[in-house]
Amino acid sequence: MPRVRVLVTLKPTLLDAQGRTVQEALHALGYHNVHQVRIGKVIEMDIADEGQPVEAQVKEMCDRLLANPVTELYEIEVLG
Amino acid sequence: MKFGVVVFPGSNCDADTYYALRDVLGQPVEYIWHQEDHLHGVDCVILPGGFSYGDYLRCGAIARFSPVMRAVEAFALEGGLVLGICNGFQILCEAHLLPGALVRNEGLRFVCKHVWIRVENATTPFTHLCRAGEVLRIPIAHGEGRYVCDRETLQELQANGQILFRYCDGTGALTRESNPNGSVANIAGIANERFNVLGMMPHPERACEAILGSEDGLKILQSLVHSALAVAR
Repeated sequence: MPRVRVLVTLKPTLLDAQGRTVQEALHALGYHNVHQVRIGKVIEMDIADEGQPVEAQVKEMCDRLLANPVTELYEIEVLG
Repeated sequence: MKFGVVVFPGSNCDADTYYALRDVLGQPVEYIWHQEDHLHGVDCVILPGGFSYGDYLRCGAIARFSPVMRAVEAFALEGGLVLGICNGFQILCEAHLLPGALVRNEGLRFVCKHVWIRVENATTPFTHLCRAGEVLRIPIAHGEGRYVCDRETLQELQANGQILFRYCDGTGALTRESNPNGSVANIAGIANERFNVLGMMPHPERACEAILGSEDGLKILQSLVHSALAVAR
């Protein structure tokens, strides 16, 4: 059963308020060389093989539910 | 003619909305459970505030696929009046009944306070009892209310008069300081192109009695009552 990992990130044009705050905290800890912190989501799932291409199916899931095309980008990784 | 307040698991402004419509405005109103697939013949549907499905994945992303939402979408496409408040606004965006999206507040904080909003278009079913440019005092309570959309969408919203409310100061000036969440163009509420669907982050149902600090929310709900009556006729 293929395991699939979906990485969902905010579009680079959008301010990532969480990422900015974490970056400030890292700076406060002394890591002043850290820039452009962005926070996203990882969604992992097992998908039973029913004959259809897994990647196409997951892409459809991303477009319909897992990511919001207005604000987010996604990458699909089939872990095998 | 009657109102329907949809109840999702995690809705928490449903009872306030019901109270404002029934007890303050004396209108017939029913709760509609999210598993239902019909709308009880109501003339106006309200998606209330709250944290439907725990805000899991994204605010409104799961609620948007509730059985009741199929009925709400069909109702909206027929021209039925739909008002989404706070989480309801998020659900309407996720359902593509309104353009754009609502993301984490710029300041990251959950903001719960009274704000001023300016009525930008007073010719809609939701605002016709207001004056254009009128400043209303209505509370907000959200962590993810920063409205975003692409530039073309913003231009369309502006050109069509679909921006109904903008955050402003007490004099009606659109300042950066009066924008509580970093929304693009100080947007607090938008309508669809047909002006039968409105989403807004401020809570009119929490500004319906003097003892609550403001009665300005009544202007929006009363506008709806008159509009729904007109539709019912």
